[in-house]
Amino acid sequence: MRSLPIDKKSWLGRLKIRYEAILSNRRLMTILLVVGFILSFLIPRYNLVNQYIQLVMMYVGINIILATSLNLINGYMGEFSVGHAGFMAIGAYASAVLTMQVVPDNLLPFLFPIEVIVGGLGAALVGLVVAVPSFKTRGDYLAIVTLAFNMIVKSVFENIEAIGGPRGIPGINRLTTLPWTFVWTVVAVWVIRNFVYSNFGRGVLSIREDEIASDLMSVNTRQVKLLAFVLSSFFAGVAGALFAHLLQFISPRVFDILKSTDILIMVYLGGIGSIAGSILGATIYTVLLEVLRPLGMWRMVMMPLLLVLLMIYRPRGIMGLREFRWFVPLHDLLGAHWWRRKKEASHAAAD
Amino acid sequence: MIYLLQQALNALQLGSIYALIALGYTMVYGILTMINFAHGDLFMVGAFFCFLIATILKLPFVPTLLLSMAGVAMLGVFIERVAYKPLRQAPRVSAVITALGVGIFLENFTLVFFPYPQSVPQLLANVTWTVGGVAVSSLQVIIIILSLVLMILLDTLVRRTMVGMAMRAISWDKTIVPLMGVPLDLVISITFAIGTGLGAAAGTMYSLAFPVIDPYMGILIGWKAFIAAVVGGIGNIRGAMIGGFILGAVEILVAAFLPSTYRDFVAFTLLLVLLIFRPYGILGRPRPQKV
Repeated sequence: MRSLPIDKKSWLGRLKIRYEAILSNRRLMTILLVVGFILSFLIPRYNLVNQYIQLVMMYVGINIILATSLNLINGYMGEFSVGHAGFMAIGAYASAVLTMQVVPDNLLPFLFPIEVIVGGLGAALVGLVVAVPSFKTRGDYLAIVTLAFNMIVKSVFENIEAIGGPRGIPGINRLTTLPWTFVWTVVAVWVIRNFVYSNFGRGVLSIREDEIASDLMSVNTRQVKLLAFVLSSFFAGVAGALFAHLLQFISPRVFDILKSTDILIMVYLGGIGSIAGSILGATIYTVLLEVLRPLGMWRMVMMPLLLVLLMIYRPRGIMGLREFRWFVPLHDLLGAHWWRRKKEASHAAAD
Repeated sequence: MIYLLQQALNALQLGSIYALIALGYTMVYGILTMINFAHGDLFMVGAFFCFLIATILKLPFVPTLLLSMAGVAMLGVFIERVAYKPLRQAPRVSAVITALGVGIFLENFTLVFFPYPQSVPQLLANVTWTVGGVAVSSLQVIIIILSLVLMILLDTLVRRTMVGMAMRAISWDKTIVPLMGVPLDLVISITFAIGTGLGAAAGTMYSLAFPVIDPYMGILIGWKAFIAAVVGGIGNIRGAMIGGFILGAVEILVAAFLPSTYRDFVAFTLLLVLLIFRPYGILGRPRPQKV
């Protein structure tokens, strides 16, 4: 790790020391999460901020789930998947059909988490199928497979009359609340972060760096790819389910290639291979789109211009392969030395 | 049988438009190994240039086509210089995301000026002949012949001229070839000019065949043309032509025999199946991978 000499006398140096001290206190993250969780209950209960801001907060949460899960495939595994909205659509439709046709109305608030999980599982199942072509094809050809997948999903939903065909499903109960969004966002980030720093995660990273070499080093690339796709599509499905119960209306057109492009932009804006980057990217993109709303039609002219400028001056995005310290496990951060000493200490204690 | 011939003619028309757009993708990919996702929107800009020239300047078909091609070619070169050139050394994906951004910019910039779909004036008198029961419109014939002429011209350019040789050399190796005195930037600009010019030609012809145009028309057609380029083997010029015609044929035939809502579904499923058996496209060859 690179560390700059800190001038202890200047105000900047003192600020930096304070900042370091805050960052090295990991218990703070737990505290922040608990405070966030409590706030997520208090905000809608007492209307601490107005409805519109609450809505934007929920969209931010959903977009964080989407961006983080896509980052697993595009950032950490180095593939180029452009059909993430397809997985989202499956989760959205599966949960919406459960809400509208299966689950009785009085049980809805209690069974909503199960619906979301079912949506996620449905998407994961399809993710399993999409992962199979990725064994043989890479790069632009895999991009085509995922693109075609997105269009096929859209087309299939358009042709099933039982779920509204091209008209979609209107009037879905609004079950997505701020606490649920918060919980699911935290779960998604937590699971994906743990996956990335697990043994399988090392496999995912090695596929990005060099697939053939990692195969030779006895990484089971098929298994790793399968797992990454299933996990990523599961959370895309979860996000889709939350999205459907927030927007209260879904149609195949909502989940077309433009939606996938949106998610792609969030990932690359924040920076690939970085969970903090995905969180930042999703937040900035969503909030900026809302802030620029007074510009009217010029909003969508400004937005891509900003994106292009960012890409030219910071081609790796905001975080770009770097990670916020709190997301890196301690033994990764402090290095092997610390880890070995801790192990030796525990062995000594055992002896 | 007559129905089939009729549909074959429609397939040729649609296929030639797809092929022209796919050529733009494949040429840029061959030179820069970058997918220019703004290409579909340059196709749309071509259609709008045609609309503007035809309504404001009131020019006949041939000057309209040429002006629209020249305008979009200049726009393409400009985009390459401003947005893509600084990213040549950057990771490949940043260039792709930049291209997506440029595409969205073009769509919404056009949308600011044309919020409603516009209808393009009829530039060519459309005569319909009946040949053995098959209705052949003069527009269809012109589109197909013009596309074929443009494709043959391009193929000759790439295979038989110095510029074409420079293009092929640069697509072979980007580091060594400029050292031999081949002007890299100039060749890339020429490639962009030709690729986007062909896209504009496709846009002009498309707007004559289907005369209602809107700023979002380039998205789906652009992605489909990209698929055509990949099916043919991306980076391969003849492959892009074949891919375009295959995609056109599949789409028209599916629409002819099944409800038209199944069109995308069947077309894309067929493409997936094809990619499983030939993962590098019809004419593409896998590059050897080294560890």
